[in-house]
Amino acid sequence: MYEDPMYEDKRATAPPLQQLTFSLADEEYGVDILAVREIRSWSRVTRIPQTPDYVLGVLNLRGAIVPIMDLRLRFGLQRESYGDDTVVIIVAIAERLFGIVVDAVSDVVDIDPAAIKPVPDMGAVVDTRYLKGLATYAERMVMLLDVEKLMRPEDVETLDAALPAIQEVEVAA
Amino acid sequence: MSAVDLTQFHKTFFEESREGLDAMEAALLALDSGATDHELVHTIFRAAHSIKGGAATFGFADVAAFTHVAESLLEEVRSERRAVDSGLIEVLLRSVDCMRAMLERSSQGQPVADAESEALRVELVQLVSGEVAAPAVAAASMVAPVSGWNIAFTALPHLLQTGNDPLRLFRELQQLGRLEVVRAFVTDSAPAQLAELDPSQCHLGWELRLHGAVARADIDAVFDWLDGDCELTIAPLAEVAVVGAAAPATSGSPPAATGTPRPVRETAAATGAGTSGEGSSIRVGIDKVDALINMMGELVITQSMLSDIGEKFELSQLGRLRDGLVQLERTTRELQESVMRIRMLPIGSVFNRFPRLVHDLERKLDKRVKLELHGEHTELDKTVLEKIGDPLVHLVRNAIDHGLESPAQRKAAGKSETGTLKLNAYHEGGNIVVQISDDGAGLNHAAIVAKAQQRGLIAAGQELSDAEVAELIFQPGFSTAAQATDLSGRGVGMDVVRRNVRDLGGSVGVRSVSGKGSTFTITLPLTLAIIDGLVTAVGSERYIVPLTSIVESLRLRADAVRRIAGGGEVFHFRDEYLPIMRLHRAFACNDAVTDIEHGIVVVIEEDGRRVGLLVDDLLGQQQAVVKSLEAHYRRVQGISGATILSDGSVALIVDVGGVVRLGQRSKAA
Amino acid sequence: MAKILAVDDSASMRGMVAFTLRGAGHEVTEAENGQLALDAARGGSFELVLADVNMPVMDGIAMVRELRAMDAYKGVPILMLTTESHTEKKMEGKAAGATGWLVKPFDPEQLLATVKRVLG
Repeated sequence: MYEDPMYEDKRATAPPLQQLTFSLADEEYGVDILAVREIRSWSRVTRIPQTPDYVLGVLNLRGAIVPIMDLRLRFGLQRESYGDDTVVIIVAIAERLFGIVVDAVSDVVDIDPAAIKPVPDMGAVVDTRYLKGLATYAERMVMLLDVEKLMRPEDVETLDAALPAIQEVEVAA
Repeated sequence: MSAVDLTQFHKTFFEESREGLDAMEAALLALDSGATDHELVHTIFRAAHSIKGGAATFGFADVAAFTHVAESLLEEVRSERRAVDSGLIEVLLRSVDCMRAMLERSSQGQPVADAESEALRVELVQLVSGEVAAPAVAAASMVAPVSGWNIAFTALPHLLQTGNDPLRLFRELQQLGRLEVVRAFVTDSAPAQLAELDPSQCHLGWELRLHGAVARADIDAVFDWLDGDCELTIAPLAEVAVVGAAAPATSGSPPAATGTPRPVRETAAATGAGTSGEGSSIRVGIDKVDALINMMGELVITQSMLSDIGEKFELSQLGRLRDGLVQLERTTRELQESVMRIRMLPIGSVFNRFPRLVHDLERKLDKRVKLELHGEHTELDKTVLEKIGDPLVHLVRNAIDHGLESPAQRKAAGKSETGTLKLNAYHEGGNIVVQISDDGAGLNHAAIVAKAQQRGLIAAGQELSDAEVAELIFQPGFSTAAQATDLSGRGVGMDVVRRNVRDLGGSVGVRSVSGKGSTFTITLPLTLAIIDGLVTAVGSERYIVPLTSIVESLRLRADAVRRIAGGGEVFHFRDEYLPIMRLHRAFACNDAVTDIEHGIVVVIEEDGRRVGLLVDDLLGQQQAVVKSLEAHYRRVQGISGATILSDGSVALIVDVGGVVRLGQRSKAA
Repeated sequence: MAKILAVDDSASMRGMVAFTLRGAGHEVTEAENGQLALDAARGGSFELVLADVNMPVMDGIAMVRELRAMDAYKGVPILMLTTESHTEKKMEGKAAGATGWLVKPFDPEQLLATVKRVLG
C-alpha cells in the first residue's frame, strides 16, 4: 500500500487539488494542473537513439529540447497512429519539461484530497508505480498520475540500462 | 597640469590584489602543510606589500592600514624574527579573508573597515612585537625659525656613480632660497697627477650659504638621497631664539618644489563608487592573442587578394576567386574558433579555492584530509566555470562533512587516519567531467532511506536499489540541513547542486560503495558555443556532424568495402583501413539507405583516429547552436547535443569522439 | 623628453607610473620584474629607471646592482619606488647604487616632481 505523506499534510489544510483529466485506453487519469505547462497537438518529433520505445523523441518547445513520452507505450499498451487529434500535455517537474502523449484531454476538476484512496494492486493491467492514488469524480474513477516518477530520468536510465548499448561495428584488425 | 585620473587603475588594482591574496593563501597553506621554502614566505610578503602600496596609492586607506600591520608581522617572519606556527598561519589566513572582504567592499564603493576588520587589525598590532615605529610625520612638522643655513657639502668620490649630480642639488637648493657659494674646493681624495683623474669620480666640496626662512626638513629632503655619498653639515646662519608661535612665513608658503598635490587622491576616492559597476573581464594568455593576430594577418592577405581579383575580374580568374573564397572561409572559421577559445579558462582557478576550504573544514570538523587535485589545466567555458564553483564547493563540503569519517573511526575501520579527497577534471567526448571522490564511508543507505521516509519521499517498507537510494539525496526536500553541521547544510540541498549543474546543461550523479567511499560525477558541456556542422540525412532523421571533425566525404563503390569475419565492414582510405559505422544501424533509424553504394561515407577523425560514417545524403552546412539534451532529458550515447534547424525541427549532433572510439575499439578487438 | 624604464610587478602601479609619465611627454617602457628590466635596458638607452623593490624573479636591489655593472648605466639615475619608510631598504638600495627613492604611496604630481628633480 502506498501512502504519500505529502498528501497527508495537504489534507490538514485541504484545499481541493485541481487535476487535468485525460483519457487513455478508456481509462481516466488526472495530472496535477500545477505541473501542466501547455497542451498541444501532435507534431513530428526527432527520434533519439538508445532510448526506450515509449520515449518517442524530442521536439523544439521555444528553443528547449523537450522529450516526449507516449503514456500508452509506457503502460505497455499499443498505439495505432499519431495524428492531428493526438494530444501532448507538456508538464514540468523541477524545471524539467517533458511531454506526455495521451488519447484526449477531458477536463479540469477539483479533487478533495480527503477523497483520495491508495492504489490497490491492480495486477498487470496498469503499472501502479506511477500512480499517486485513486479519486472519484462525478462517479468516475480518476487515476492520479505521479508525473515525477514517470519522468525521473534516472528511472529511465535504470530501465534502459537493460537495452543494448550502441551497436558496435565488429571488425577484426 | 596632468590631472591623472587614478580610478582607471582601480580595476587592475583589484584584480591583481585578488590574485595576490590567492597566492598568499596558497603559500600559507603550503607552509602549513610543512613546507619550509623561503620563497613561500617571500611570496606572501610580496603580495601583502604590493597590496599595501597599491591601496595607499589609489586611496584605499583602510586597506592600506590593515595590510600595513599584516605586512609588519610578515616582515618579522621574513627576517626570521618570528617562527611560523599554525597559530600564526591561522591569523594570517583570517587576514587574507579580511583583506579580500575589504577589497570587495572597496570595489563596490562601500565603507571598507568594519568591526571585524578593526578587531583583527588590533589583534595583529598586538602580535607585532616592539610596536610599529612612530609615524615619521613628526619630523616634517619641525620648523626652523631661522634666517638661513650654512651648508658644508663634500662629495665622496663615488657620488656620481649613484646617478646623483651636485648641480641638481644646487638647483633644488636655489628653489628653496637664495643660494650663495662661499667656497668650492678639491678634496684630498683627488689624485696628485691629473692623468690619474677618473672622470667618474668626484673630488669636490662646497661651502654654501642658503638665505631665507627655509625649513631644515626641506634641506634634508634635498640631500636625502645622498646619505652615505657625501659629508654634510648643516647649521643655522644665526641662532634665532625660538619665541612662541614660530615662523608664519614658513608654514604659510610651502616651498615650490613640493607643490600642492593633494586633490587628486580625494577625487579618486570620491569617484571610486562610480567604477564599481565592474564589467567582467577576462585575462587571456598571450599565445591566444598571438594566434588571433596571426589569423587577422591571414584575413588581411586574403582580403587584399580578393579585392585584387575583383578589381579587374576576368572569367579566367574564376579558379583564383574560388581559392580565395575557400581561404576566406577557412580563416574566418579559424578566427571564430580562436575567439571562442579565448573564453576557455582552466578549471584550476576554481580548484584553487579548495586547499583553503579543506584546511578550514579539517579544523572545524576535526578530520584529517589529504586533498588531491588532478586536471587543473582542463579548460572550460568562462560562463560554465563561473557557475560551477558553488556546486563544487557544496560537494567538497559534503564529502568532508558526511563522506569522510573521523580519524578514530577510520582507524577502527582499518583505514589510514587521513582521508583522501580527490578532485579530477578531464575531457570526455564533447564534455568536461569533474569528479569529486572520497575514500570515506560511502552513502549511508539506511540513514538515507529513513530520512526519505521521514520526509515523505518514499513509503515505509519500499524496497530500493542502491542506485535508487543514491538518487534520493538529489530529491528536492531531502536536504539534510536540519541535522547537519552548519557546514554542508547551509540550507542548500543536493537538489540545488543538481539544478545548478542542469542549468549549465550538465548532469550530476553519484556512485558509492559502502565503506570505500563515494564519487560524485559532474558532466558539463565544453562550451555553450556554436559549431559549424554538416547536416546529414539518415532515413527521416537529420544528424549534424561537426565540420571540424570531418576529413572527407566520399561515395564508395561496393567493391571498395571489405567484409570481415563477424560482419564488420572496412574500406581503404589513404593507406589505412577504416571501419564503417552505419549510422542508421547505430542509431536504429528506419527507411535509411543500407546499400553503401547509394549512401555517402563521411570520414571523421578525433585524436588522429578515423571512422567512416555511412549516411544517406549530405544536406549542407549550417551553424548550429548547441543545446543540451540533458537539460530536460539525459545524456545519450553517441550524441553530444541537439540543435534546432531552420524549419524549427530538432536535429541531433553526433558525438564524434564517442563514435570514433566505438568504431576503433571494435577494430582493435 | 626622456626615455624612462618603469619596473614594477604590480600592473596597477606600473600602469599609473607609465600613464602619468607618458602624459608628461616621456617615452616609457614597462617591465614586470628586474630580469625583464635588464633585458629592456640592454636593448634601449634609458635616461631614468624607476623600480619597485619587492618583485618576483629579480628584485629591485639586485636589478640596480646589475644595471650599475653595465657601462651604459653607470651614471643613469635609478629611483627606487619603495614603501619602506624605514631606512633599512633605502640604504640597501643605495648600497646597490640607486640614486634615490620615491616613497609609496605617491600621487602623479609627486612622481612628476621627483622625475623633474632628477632629470633637471
